[in-house]
Amino acid sequence: MTDAHTKEGIPSGFLRSLHWLNALAILIMVGSGWRIYSWYPALPSVPLEFPWAITLGGATGINEDLHNEWGLANALAWHFGAMWLLVINFLAYLCYGIATQHFRRDFLPVGPTMVFRDLLAALRGRLGHRLGHYNAVQKALYWAVIAAILVTILSGLAIWKPAQLHGLTSLFGGYEFARVVHFFGMAFIVGFVAIHVALALLVPETLVAMLLGKAWHRKSPMERTE
Amino acid sequence: MKQDSLIAQIERRSFLRQSLSLGALTLLTGCDLSNEDQVQSVLQRMSQWNDRAQAWLFSGATLAPTFAASQAVKDFRYNAFFPEDKAPLLKEEDYRLRFAGLIADRRPWTVEQLYALPQVTQVTRHVCVEGWSMIGQWSGAPFASLLKAVGADLTASYVGYECADGYYGSIDMPTALHPQTLLAFKLSDQILPRKYGFPFKLRIPTKLGFKNPKWITTFYVTNRKPGGFWEDRGYNWFSGI
Repeated sequence: MTDAHTKEGIPSGFLRSLHWLNALAILIMVGSGWRIYSWYPALPSVPLEFPWAITLGGATGINEDLHNEWGLANALAWHFGAMWLLVINFLAYLCYGIATQHFRRDFLPVGPTMVFRDLLAALRGRLGHRLGHYNAVQKALYWAVIAAILVTILSGLAIWKPAQLHGLTSLFGGYEFARVVHFFGMAFIVGFVAIHVALALLVPETLVAMLLGKAWHRKSPMERTE
Repeated sequence: MKQDSLIAQIERRSFLRQSLSLGALTLLTGCDLSNEDQVQSVLQRMSQWNDRAQAWLFSGATLAPTFAASQAVKDFRYNAFFPEDKAPLLKEEDYRLRFAGLIADRRPWTVEQLYALPQVTQVTRHVCVEGWSMIGQWSGAPFASLLKAVGADLTASYVGYECADGYYGSIDMPTALHPQTLLAFKLSDQILPRKYGFPFKLRIPTKLGFKNPKWITTFYVTNRKPGGFWEDRGYNWFSGI
């Protein structure tokens, strides 16, 4: 099997496909999940509501005209359709990461001291960036988001099948609590995406590399510190 | 040749840019991507695929978790698309449960006949498609005992139901024969009042709440997949839990 990155740090075509399919799956799962959440919040005492217009499932009026229903059916159909994409893509990514040693070479070693050191350096603006090389904060965040996706998938299964997979559901503290775990899993992933997108825009070389599979050299203040 | 590939590249880029802005636009305007015909057809095909996946995952031997009687909610939520005083009022003396389709003995049953079936009590969680759930204590006869008593074709694929309020639906035969699928006559030891579905509710702890119909007037057995009230409005047909 080939490497996950070229020598210039450009991700392989396969890794890029996995990345964008995952982005699509997350977008659909979160968009439809927000509507499902709003219908009957798992955290009823928390005053949190996702504006209907930014959730996935179509406009209420059109849903009423077409289906005699306000749009929960569409959101559920999106959610249980895209879950296959998310899960299959995620499993493919895990296999790929292990087979190409992407996880071992790129996400390790990492530890609390290194994360703290790199975080301080980044805050002082003294952390460089080289394509395909991750600092300790990035490594820790990548492990964390992989874990968050795994927990969110498993808690989702626990909510979907509290009778057939009741062992898994009780592992998450029962049906009601599994909904809460699922919600916080989503919240972590959304938080990660926000940081991830902000940093990618700050260092557009990474975005170009992930989008087009090409190196794009640009003198940036970040690079000069290297 | 070089020029061709350059043009192809430019075209690919502008296509990418267009699809990105289209995506952003649909998100920003909450536009009706979901109700486009092609999207609907993909979503429905995925839903049918999920019917098959759930039928495969379902096991007649796997029981839904049961709880202690003390965990059962006493004031169970009333749930229908009309207020309580508009709920169907089925009188015991007039009520007849009718049968149709692949059933040998289609003579209607009275409430007295139904209530004479051997009964069990179970405390299970009712899970609604909307996300709320509630634990209740139901008592009644296993649905399988009725199906056997009327000589239903147990090798058929589906059991359908029609209700006094116009609600209708259907379930798969393996779920109909599941030991926890009950004709529930009582909730918390009280004969089901009108608002909970007198004379009985089909209580299926391995299905979402909307597959637990009340005020049933007809059961039928068939090999042609029938729809359902919410299923015809886009909800998943199997809806197992």
